[in-house]
Amino acid sequence: MSLTVRYFASLREALGPAETLPHAPGLTLGAVRSLLVARGGAHAQALAPGRAVRCAVNQVMADESAAVPDGAEVAFFPPVTGG
Amino acid sequence: MSTRVRIQTEDFDLGAEVAALRVGNPAVGAVAAFVGTVRDRNAGGPADISAMELEHYPGMTEAAIEAMIDAAMQRFRVLGACVIHRVGLLKPLDQIVLVVVTSTHRGDAFQACEFLMDYLKTQAPFWKKEATPEGARWVDARVADDAALARWGISASNAA
Repeated sequence: MSLTVRYFASLREALGPAETLPHAPGLTLGAVRSLLVARGGAHAQALAPGRAVRCAVNQVMADESAAVPDGAEVAFFPPVTGG
Repeated sequence: MSTRVRIQTEDFDLGAEVAALRVGNPAVGAVAAFVGTVRDRNAGGPADISAMELEHYPGMTEAAIEAMIDAAMQRFRVLGACVIHRVGLLKPLDQIVLVVVTSTHRGDAFQACEFLMDYLKTQAPFWKKEATPEGARWVDARVADDAALARWGISASNAA
């Protein structure tokens, strides 16, 4: 019962490339973000509500209402700027 | 591995990619291509960008662009498409992105090429960090890019 959280760009610089969290039934992307913010410190700052953070579940863009299944790869990153 | 999408550090050759997409297909009557290059400045800003570092999300980036090509093929009469995006350290004058689309007629080729670029700008996971005399800075997403995708009836809130 776990999930992997990955960070990219400015969030990777602030929080590191990845970490593992315990999974819980009914978890959503928004709940994962809230759990991380509740830790305080760099997480609370980088993922603060109102900051532009985009996210993905299992490498597909999703919004914060998206379900996070057990074993999922979740990612948080800033708005994309390719092209 | 698909050859429709390539994320690479190496440069690309527009002529070679166009030739590869056209080869052996006499139905092709139109080829539209877009090449994006690294600028030394942003709109209204000084020419102070000396380099750019491109980061992506390996696996997701390729899958996202594959899905965009599928969407373009459903929307327009496209015979073939190829997207190449470079990552790593780039400098002004370098090529950064290539989109090539083949079709029977020019209208579909032009539109599909622009659609793919608009989609890529707001939905493909890439991030640019610019090196300037004041230090390195992450590039901000532009609301205008969300508006460009909205023209195709797709709502995006990447920058917003």
